[in-house]
Amino acid sequence: MPVQDLKGRKVWQRRSGRESLGHWIMWLVGVAVFAYCWQQISASTTWFFVWDAPRIAEDIWTRATPPRWEYITQLGKPIWDTLNIATLGTFFALILAVPVAFLAASNTTPSKLFIRPFALLIIVSTRSINSLIWALLLIAIIGPGVFAGVIAIAIRSIGFCAKLLYEAIEEIDQTQVEAITATGASRWQVMAYGIVPQILPAFAGIAVFRWDINIRESTVLGLVGAGGIGLQLSSSLNVLAWPQVSLILLVILAAVVISEWVSAKVRGAII
Amino acid sequence: MTDVNTLIGKPWRKPPFIKRRWLRWVLLIGAVAYLIAAYMTIDVNWARVYEGLERGKQFVLAFTSPDFSTRSSDIYEGMLESVIMTIAASVVGIVISIPIALGAARNIAPLPVYLICRSIIAISRALQEIIVAILLVAIFGFGPLAGFLTLSFATIGFLSKLLAEDIESMDKVQAEAIKASGAKWTQWINYGVQPQVMPRLIGLSIYRVDINFRESAILGLVGAGGIGATLNTAFDRYEYDTAAAILLIIIVIVMALEYISGVIRARVQ
Repeated sequence: MPVQDLKGRKVWQRRSGRESLGHWIMWLVGVAVFAYCWQQISASTTWFFVWDAPRIAEDIWTRATPPRWEYITQLGKPIWDTLNIATLGTFFALILAVPVAFLAASNTTPSKLFIRPFALLIIVSTRSINSLIWALLLIAIIGPGVFAGVIAIAIRSIGFCAKLLYEAIEEIDQTQVEAITATGASRWQVMAYGIVPQILPAFAGIAVFRWDINIRESTVLGLVGAGGIGLQLSSSLNVLAWPQVSLILLVILAAVVISEWVSAKVRGAII
Repeated sequence: MTDVNTLIGKPWRKPPFIKRRWLRWVLLIGAVAYLIAAYMTIDVNWARVYEGLERGKQFVLAFTSPDFSTRSSDIYEGMLESVIMTIAASVVGIVISIPIALGAARNIAPLPVYLICRSIIAISRALQEIIVAILLVAIFGFGPLAGFLTLSFATIGFLSKLLAEDIESMDKVQAEAIKASGAKWTQWINYGVQPQVMPRLIGLSIYRVDINFRESAILGLVGAGGIGATLNTAFDRYEYDTAAAILLIIIVIVMALEYISGVIRARVQ
């Protein structure tokens, strides 16, 4: 126990001398790095605008309220598009994620040395790039529209779904698989009757969870031109129609809250 | 269980995933109807898609020969700005989210404080990064300051919620022991609560750094600084080899961060 001798009186301390020195140096380096970062941000900021910010914020607020409620009639189709992007995107992602997950799980992969790293690479690379960037890329390739949004959401979701799914596959109860194998079942029969029933609840949970996230992401995909309500948002922003912007933000907020509620209900029913 | 005698002679059938027959059929028919309706409303310009396949091939080929050198100074500056935004926003976000997490834990905070902190968390979680970034760019002007504020704001919602849940599920006995020794409130937090949640706090913080870096890559699309602006320009100019280089750098950094966070989380937990 680290104890400090203070004029003959022993006082308990949390750390020994060497430990507290190490902590002190760590904090010093951390603070120095943060100070450098802050200085860089500060250097590339026009502080005049920042001091002016409260006035601008108030100005925007007065322009944006009240929202232009009658604009909501024009938002029906964009909302439907957004829903389609999220749902179809999740649908295609799941179709693609299932084989990737089976190839990536160490107990079902055909080859640990060659195929598993490849499947893991797919998972990491699709997961680490944001759906907006995928959308940007797909718009350059296949042109703007809802279809680009669907594909962007699908690609982005593969990694997420496949990662959660292969972790579920690796955690299955091996005795059931053995029992099916012992009956003389083929490789595919083992999969269908030994593995799939065990991961089906996890699969449904992942699907709904990802759908919820995708609703969120698809609301902003339109900012880069990939369809949905974000398209209306960006065009309203471009013409500085703040009452429309505030209405769209309210609609997006409502969509996010509803999808979260639905996903929580469905997951509650499954698990 | 059904009577065994009625089952004899009939082949075994796989039990369905959804037991109620009508619900199964309603869900199935509803899903098919929805898919058809959705497919009808999406008008895909297949000719345009077909034309695009050539560009898609070029892009995939660009990954085999990414161009790091032509725009190296732009890439370097963008990346540096992303990293700087990530670090600064993570630090500020974590520092702010600790008191909010304490306030949002029902076993520590009184009800009014609890409600205020919970509503801060709810607001921060409901608004997406990119929308917050648009508003902040409109208010504070272009540049990394808007991105930094956006990421800090998003960090607060994420970290406070998960940390508050951890504080709520902590071991009461240890905290009570500290209180019984006559500790002040700050001492109680410091010696009774903090040691219990520290591993989780470190793990979550590192995970959030990882998320912040990924998000910082897109904030540039709306003018909030970082590598996103460079990437956007590369796509607009059809410079796929530069875009591929940027994407590869992002993937490598994210993989490295994930690996480091895995190692650190394994050590502290």
